[in-house]
Amino acid sequence: MNAFVAPIKKETLIIIGNGMVGHHCIEQLVEQGALAHYQVHVFGEERQRAYDRVHLSEYFGGRDAESLALCAADYYSEHGVQAHLHEAVLEIDRAQQEVVTANGRLAYDKLILATGSYPFVPPIPGAEGNSRLVYRTLDDLDAIRAAASGARRGVVVGGGLLGLEAANALKSLGLEAHVVEFAPRLMPVQLDEDGGAALKARIEALGVGVHLSRATSEIVAGEDYAYRMNFADGESLETDLIVFSAGIRPQDTLARSAGLAVAERGGVVIDDGFCTNAPAIFAIGECASWQGRVFGLVAPGYSMARNLAALLVGRPHEAFSGADMSTKLKLLGVDVGSIGDAHGATEGSRSYRYIDDVTNSYRRLVVSADGKRVIGAVLVGDNSYYDTLLQYALNGIKLPADPASLILPVGEGAPTLGADALPDTATICSCHNVSKGAICCQVDAGCTDLGELKASTKAATGCGGCAALLKQVFEHELSARGVEVDKSLCEHFAHTRQELYGIVRVEGIESFEELLAKHGRGHHGCDICKPAVGSILASCWNQPITDPWLIPLQDTNDTFMANMQKNGTYSIVPRIAGGEITPEKLIVLGQVAKKYDLYTKITGGQRIDLFGAELHELPDIWAELIEAGFETGHAYGKSLRTVKSCVGSTWCRYGVQDSVGMALTLEDRYKGLRSPHKIKFAVSGCTRECAEAQSKDVGVIATEKGWNLYVAGNGGMRPRHAELFATDLDDATLIKYIDRFLMFYVRTADRLQRTSVWRESLEGGLEYLQDVIINDSLGLGAELESQMQLVIDRYECEWANAISDPEKLKRFRTFVNDERKDPDIHFVRERGQRRPVKASELHLIPVAEEAAQ
Amino acid sequence: MTRSSTSPQTATQWRALCARADLVANSGVVAWLDGEQVALFHLPSEEQLFAIANRDPQSGANVIGRGIIGQLKGELVIASPLYKQHFRLRDGQCVEYPDQQLQVWPVRLQGDQVEIGLAV
Repeated sequence: MNAFVAPIKKETLIIIGNGMVGHHCIEQLVEQGALAHYQVHVFGEERQRAYDRVHLSEYFGGRDAESLALCAADYYSEHGVQAHLHEAVLEIDRAQQEVVTANGRLAYDKLILATGSYPFVPPIPGAEGNSRLVYRTLDDLDAIRAAASGARRGVVVGGGLLGLEAANALKSLGLEAHVVEFAPRLMPVQLDEDGGAALKARIEALGVGVHLSRATSEIVAGEDYAYRMNFADGESLETDLIVFSAGIRPQDTLARSAGLAVAERGGVVIDDGFCTNAPAIFAIGECASWQGRVFGLVAPGYSMARNLAALLVGRPHEAFSGADMSTKLKLLGVDVGSIGDAHGATEGSRSYRYIDDVTNSYRRLVVSADGKRVIGAVLVGDNSYYDTLLQYALNGIKLPADPASLILPVGEGAPTLGADALPDTATICSCHNVSKGAICCQVDAGCTDLGELKASTKAATGCGGCAALLKQVFEHELSARGVEVDKSLCEHFAHTRQELYGIVRVEGIESFEELLAKHGRGHHGCDICKPAVGSILASCWNQPITDPWLIPLQDTNDTFMANMQKNGTYSIVPRIAGGEITPEKLIVLGQVAKKYDLYTKITGGQRIDLFGAELHELPDIWAELIEAGFETGHAYGKSLRTVKSCVGSTWCRYGVQDSVGMALTLEDRYKGLRSPHKIKFAVSGCTRECAEAQSKDVGVIATEKGWNLYVAGNGGMRPRHAELFATDLDDATLIKYIDRFLMFYVRTADRLQRTSVWRESLEGGLEYLQDVIINDSLGLGAELESQMQLVIDRYECEWANAISDPEKLKRFRTFVNDERKDPDIHFVRERGQRRPVKASELHLIPVAEEAAQ
Repeated sequence: MTRSSTSPQTATQWRALCARADLVANSGVVAWLDGEQVALFHLPSEEQLFAIANRDPQSGANVIGRGIIGQLKGELVIASPLYKQHFRLRDGQCVEYPDQQLQVWPVRLQGDQVEIGLAV
């Protein structure tokens, strides 16, 4: 150690604003090594750390603040960044180089403004409280949710991108939604007249009211609803709440009071290096104005953050030169895309238009005066054309001989721009500035996994709009290098689980030997393919897993129908459907536990787990449990585990449906269904959600009108909230959807893939799944239901089956040639119960016991 | 405990261990042998029988007899049910961890009896 090295004096860098761009700036500072030079402080006005505003509407679809957060809770502290959340900066004291908050002052060497923007609310008399809501922050959304309780109709003022997002949010809160727009069309910035008309028709078909060319003159008390909006043209509209989404304004208040230069139309003036007119103060994101323009999208904000971070550490960076404002969105489920000069404002430009009044689809291609380049496009109804058109526009790719073919309905042989046609400089992910060349580099370095590629390049982890293109480029580059991704289950089957499932179904195969002989290699299989095939056979034919030709396939827990613990003993979990149990049965569990001295613990799934049973004790214990009316709980299987429930309307003053009754119906229906991984359900009797259904593979929450169905959640190592799948279902429809959902999962998931990971791997995401299950887009509905019915019809308690067959009990002997117990199993007592002895406690075992062996 | 050997120099004494009917096809059972626990795996289609120590060195629990039989790169193996490491049935060598090896015994079917070979 050299004690004479003077510590490097770090400069203090303060970032005001912890939104998406402010956070991205910190990430970039961390990544580019700036924390070695700067002590970084970030101030955020909101309570929450930075969250994903792009997906804000999902807050009403089941996601909570934590799952929207952009980083782990300890990210800042881990990297030595001082986060000051819920602490607004009140003043920038340029003379002292200090920022002032309610808690005091902090000096800076460099200062970055990333204060974002605020929603513009036009001054309309009478707008206050629930008639003056906005849609920008999580707190705003909480206010909207509160206002929506008991409301019937909601109006959004503003028919732009954010306004339509807000309308979607109102719709998902169960309100009749209306959009009021000042301009004569929706999304006036991004769409032309015909595009706006197509979008209006589609949105109206979804039951959203659209009112164009309306200027609100005042808001007064309503007659049928809480408020009445009076328009300048004499018309009016009544509503219970009003959300203003009439545009955003740069949040430049601090800069103004600090005397920084501010643009005429708002925004802190910056140069190409993000610097304001004060040398040590920078501005990025929506609060900054570059050449009189403000960029209200995340991609340019990220680009500013990335380049400013590089500039601050003296790394190579790009001067800001404006940004591509092309956007691709799904608004209220309708595809909308806008590229470049969507209005054809460039002199001499010409357009191709495709108009379909039947399905209300619209596409416009704007080409340069010389007819050689794409300079803009408008898409309504189908964004599958977007990626190709954007690449043409951004990379100046020469148009094909018949440019109109780029927007005509895709038929045989229509020219699509393949991944190979893109130059290496083509930007694939604009949020994280990942080029095709960067992806090729990763593939050259040996990357063969899409998830790995996303992690290393961050491509498709911003807005996610480029995910499909990324996959296409990645797969193209892999195959161009002759790499074939090996999806074999193991060395015995060159098939995926999904393929094997199809083979078993189609060929009606009922044994492992037959499948191995016809489609595999070798004569024995292994501990990967045997349980996987055992599970597939059980999912398809549901024959007792203890039958002689099936038993060698099972994992040890399935073989012995109990859960092996660390010392080789087992735990037993009888089924307690819905968590409901009679006192008589509860007493039996106590008596059995006492008789066999079993450690007893309540599980998270509302059951009772009895630990410490030795192999030979299992049949005796189960004989007693079956006698008392219990059946196996499948806690050992990759299968349906439990359906947790709250007491529901039967007892609870808040309950609106009989959640226990539904839980019993569901558990009874799906018990014994074997699947790629374990499946957990829960049913809550009201929105208070006491059964925690949103953390389950299948969650059911009662509503006034029926049941809301959530799917693909889980707890465990990587928790995931379930997603709202369908609302207000009656009992029969609920069961139909769950039948189809489970069987589709069983049919298509990988081995040991939970529903959450499976759902994330589905191309097309939740909407695709909804299409398959609800709209029966693959025509599989009836087949999935009948396959489920077969599993249900063949249900039999595995333990009851085994107990009645002496041959099956043969393996339940500790020793086949001796009556003794396993002499190496020792217990000690702790808190009144038995537990396995620890290695360090073996000296506590009485010598007499060892001598008795 | 001495490591068993199947080398021809050592004399082998055959001793009845259990009945053939005690075996479970393509799966395992465990027999008691003078204080030791022997896992027996039977592959009837090839008339193969293996005897291997029941104690899993990684967990210290006597559970090898409850593992799954498989074949890895041509070698017959047993997968430990607790931590899933594999042991070759012919010599007890662990595939993943070279320092783990299980004792194996010569074993044969004689009529209705399973006989185990003990070195003398």
